Amino acid sequence: MAARAVPTPFAYTELRRRPNRLAALWRIARKKPLGAIACVICLALVFVAIGADFLAPQAADAVDPIKNPRLQAPSLSHPFGTDNLFRDMFSRVLIGSRISLGIGFSAVAIGTLIGTALGLISGYFGGWVDMLVSRLVEVVLGFPPLVLAIFFLSIFLPDRSYGLRSFFLVSLAIGIIIAPTTARIVRGSVLSIRNLQYVEAAECIGNTPVRIMARHVLPNVFAPIIVIASIQIGNAILAEAALSFLSLGINSAAHPSWGGMLQDMRQNWLEAWWTAVIPGTAISIAVLAFNLFGDALRDILDPRLRQSS
Amino acid sequence: MGQYLAKRVIFSLLVLLIISLTVFTAVRLIPGDVCKIVLNTPDVDEAQCQAIRDDLGLDEPVVTQYLTWMGGVLTGDWGTTIISKRDVWTEIRTRIPLTLELTLLSTTFAILIAIPIGVISAVKQDSPIDYVLRVLSIGWLSIPSFWLGTMLIVFPARWWGYTPPVGYVDIWEDPLKNLEQLYLPAISLGLALSASLARVTRSAMLEVLRQDYIRTARAKGLVERLVILKHALKNSMIPVVTLFGLQVGVLLGGTVVLENIYSLPGLGLLTFSSVTIKDYPQVQGLVLFFATVLVTINLLVDLSYAWFDPRIRYT
Repeated sequence: MAARAVPTPFAYTELRRRPNRLAALWRIARKKPLGAIACVICLALVFVAIGADFLAPQAADAVDPIKNPRLQAPSLSHPFGTDNLFRDMFSRVLIGSRISLGIGFSAVAIGTLIGTALGLISGYFGGWVDMLVSRLVEVVLGFPPLVLAIFFLSIFLPDRSYGLRSFFLVSLAIGIIIAPTTARIVRGSVLSIRNLQYVEAAECIGNTPVRIMARHVLPNVFAPIIVIASIQIGNAILAEAALSFLSLGINSAAHPSWGGMLQDMRQNWLEAWWTAVIPGTAISIAVLAFNLFGDALRDILDPRLRQSS
Repeated sequence: MGQYLAKRVIFSLLVLLIISLTVFTAVRLIPGDVCKIVLNTPDVDEAQCQAIRDDLGLDEPVVTQYLTWMGGVLTGDWGTTIISKRDVWTEIRTRIPLTLELTLLSTTFAILIAIPIGVISAVKQDSPIDYVLRVLSIGWLSIPSFWLGTMLIVFPARWWGYTPPVGYVDIWEDPLKNLEQLYLPAISLGLALSASLARVTRSAMLEVLRQDYIRTARAKGLVERLVILKHALKNSMIPVVTLFGLQVGVLLGGTVVLENIYSLPGLGLLTFSSVTIKDYPQVQGLVLFFATVLVTINLLVDLSYAWFDPRIRYT
């Protein structure tokens, strides 16, 4: 904090300019226009996902042959057309963002949590613990990611109805395939600060390893964790879409997901192009926005990571 | 080298052993009675149920079950599928060629696009063409392969009435028809891979182009084309090959989706269908097979470093 102003013959002047958060943000946005646009799109998507119930003109499972004739091309009353079951696709796409983004975020949260814990432990303790964790990571990386998630879900999620349990399990399945990357990056960052003096000092005065990891190591590896998490959101959304396309994600008429919508309307792709184009475009835009945002964040927060995309 | 190789092979085998244990345990963790899941009815005939249990050897101790399974895997007997009673390994083996062809085609496609783009981008660093290529590559990195696959079915059909021939034909029967069936899924699968490969090629090339030996090559009057192709490109391949090793898993996972879209009877479709009908001996075998392929490829990737950069010695 700034020292209290000492009475001097001169009027007190603050020598260090107060950081102006807004101006700093604007400066970053000017430097990274693509990242800034992506950030706005991401925020809009999150906003849509949260307020989907109010924004969507109809419920996702509203079957109404009079209001929504079957397979109508996009028009003013149905901006995204209607599907084969007399439902408004605009509403379904809006509400679908909830599952896609929701699982995307919670999968990244779970993956980052697991990965960070593993990376911290193996980087901090080293030795046989490190050896053990590294082998574990190698085992997970030994599976093709999507195959691992399919395998996991086929075993632990026989019932795919909408609910907290399915939501958690699908997120966990994607989280597991995300965790190894996080673990490796966190481990590397921990190793680079493991032998610095402040860690040694904390050890000398008798702190427990858990406290040192939480208070001294974790805050210093925070930037790479944030960066890798933001980069993985796009991948998680993509994985969720692929899983629900293979009808292994959450399957519920009232809570559609973009990948599932694509699969549901497979029979109609050729006669009604929008049934194939629109859910896919939604996935692509979301993934692209989060990828670009993650990229920009990486450049700003941690230029060292730039190589390891 | 020999020692390093031995060490790496042993580690890979260890990883595979743990993977096989994981897969085996996971399948036995399935909640509920296996025969109810398999027969898909709540009230099943007890005799039928016992027959399935006997078949799978579920009454034996777990260790015996694992050893029997592993012994079988090593001697080529991967068990039989639950319902159709087919040989698991035969099912896998007969589908390898198609999936192998699909992944090879998409890899070739990805490399053919990625390397030139990466090199041009690096050589013309910060020029408009570099900028355009970079934005393009990050853009198509975000296109899900299965969506691209869909688009490549929908739009040609809509605009030109073109659809790839239905009903899979083996490459030895009719190579042209076979290729016509495979090129669309191969492009869909390869595009995302090409984007990430191009990005890495670019950054690796930029790194190498700053090296002293490149300046030497230029100073001795070598044609720029040769400097780029002979001196720079080969030396920038290590990160590219590393990334490729990491992406093979994604590629294999992608075949599950694309073979599903294009109805190609390969390993991916087999995975999907056996997961759907809950044929666990088949799923178990497939996951183990995929893992073996992936671990082997990553081993080969590690060993290829010395070929790309002879300075690397394995000790």
